[in-house]
Amino acid sequence: MNSAPVVRVEGIRKTYGRTVAVDDVSFDVQAGEIFGLIGPNGAGKTTTMECVEGLRAPDRGSMVVLGLDPRRQRYLLQHRIGVQLQEAQLQKRIKVREAVSFWASLYPASVDGDRLLEQLGLTDRRDAWFMTLSGGQKQRLFIALALIHDPELVFLDELTTGLDPQARRAIWDLVRSIRARGKTVFLTTHLMEEAERLCDRVAIIDHGRIVDIDTPERLVRRHCPERAVIVTTGDSSAQARFSTIPGVTAVSHDDRRFTIRGRADDLVTQVIGCLAEHRMPVDDFRTEHPTLEDVFLELTGHSIRA
Amino acid sequence: MTTGLLRLTWLEIKIFVREPLGVIGTVAIPVLIFVVLGRIGGGRVPAEARDVPRFVSADLPILVAIVIALSAVLSLVTIVSIYREGGILKRLRATPLRPATILTAHVLVKLLFTAVTVALTIALGRRYYLMDVDVPVVSFSVALLLVTVSVIAIGFLIASVVPTARFAQPIGTLIFYPMLGLSGLFVPLEVLPPALRMIGRALPLTYAVSLLRGIWHGAGWVAHAGDVAALALTIAVCAAASAKVFRWE
Repeated sequence: MNSAPVVRVEGIRKTYGRTVAVDDVSFDVQAGEIFGLIGPNGAGKTTTMECVEGLRAPDRGSMVVLGLDPRRQRYLLQHRIGVQLQEAQLQKRIKVREAVSFWASLYPASVDGDRLLEQLGLTDRRDAWFMTLSGGQKQRLFIALALIHDPELVFLDELTTGLDPQARRAIWDLVRSIRARGKTVFLTTHLMEEAERLCDRVAIIDHGRIVDIDTPERLVRRHCPERAVIVTTGDSSAQARFSTIPGVTAVSHDDRRFTIRGRADDLVTQVIGCLAEHRMPVDDFRTEHPTLEDVFLELTGHSIRA
Repeated sequence: MTTGLLRLTWLEIKIFVREPLGVIGTVAIPVLIFVVLGRIGGGRVPAEARDVPRFVSADLPILVAIVIALSAVLSLVTIVSIYREGGILKRLRATPLRPATILTAHVLVKLLFTAVTVALTIALGRRYYLMDVDVPVVSFSVALLLVTVSVIAIGFLIASVVPTARFAQPIGTLIFYPMLGLSGLFVPLEVLPPALRMIGRALPLTYAVSLLRGIWHGAGWVAHAGDVAALALTIAVCAAASAKVFRWE
């Protein structure tokens, strides 16, 4: 990560009337990473992204995207970025292949549209009107349009919203394949699972402000260091034995089900060691790791779903 | 830039033709109404037949031309509103296309369908009304183009401010048809009360009617330089205002 960032945003602010949508937001996106802007609906994700895309002008702050000013050099920038907008539509009666070939014609160079449609599983809908596509098919078409000119930087705004889990997984694979081809992906999502599985780094945004930025793993370790091991055992002295494990902060139980909490990185190893040492009978064993969802709750004091 | 414009125009033509009421509403219905009116009117009306009401023999073509242009523009206002509401305009803007290209494509589509409709109407109309009238077709076409573009400019201003697609058509109708009523086409401006006459003189359609009527009856362009100037002013003012207030989303 020595090279200049692909996106550099410094102190941008955007207000609509008296509502502050984005407030002093700064972050970098590095080449070749999947960067996620995560937060609840209305947190300022889309506004921030559309400023970076050159579709909106922030009231203040500065931005450099691929070495360009998204406001003054919008048209140069449009050639090098691919954009998928949240809740966009196309003409109701445009055919899938017409949209793809029209979009391809807008750029000096483009990839093979038929192959792209095949990769996105849209080949059998080539001649279908946009209005007849399912939500997932529309979303995949928009991804095709964002990728048709093989852009260096791809923006994906809430790309799996409204999709079923199977379609969502397929789209995740697709996004990873974009990264595998050396492209940079900047996405927004309010789905913490999506961010955790997909993003190399995430910026958590709430009420228009960035709360923290890092890899999902480091964010979890920093803000929710506590882990839990849940053991079901009939051992009568389990409570006392678990309590003496180094680094354990609390042991609670519900009948034979014990929850052992601690902050040590080797908590799981320690618990296994204890179980083995005392030859304790174990009926069930699982570990619980905090997720980005917990991080969000910890940082903002409210759930992301609220 | 120009290839983008031509491709987008062609694409929008194809999409418009697929609309269930698109071509029927814009081309077939006006032509049909014209033909049916012609039949009811009893077939051919020689220009020298003095007993034929002046309106039918002389001003019906002007009315038809303006109504065709107005309905095309009302459809444009609706399409632009639908495209804005659906985020289509926004998606097109997130490409190397220039904003002007996106909107010009729609203007070209409307001009094309207006031209087709007018041409069909004239071709069929010749059988019923105009056989003996010597109409300067080229001059009239140029005048109608100018009129249509100025109406489109007004239409864009309306499209810039209508809140949702649902209101586009009614608001457009409410603005254009009273304008037409005061344009001097139905009632000469001179017989209107002074207040209405003043309003009529301030409305662009008045100059559109005056220009079309003059050219139709063989008057020269010089005689109608004032009308041309008024329409050019309308185009300039409305285009500048739209550029300021047009909303893409």
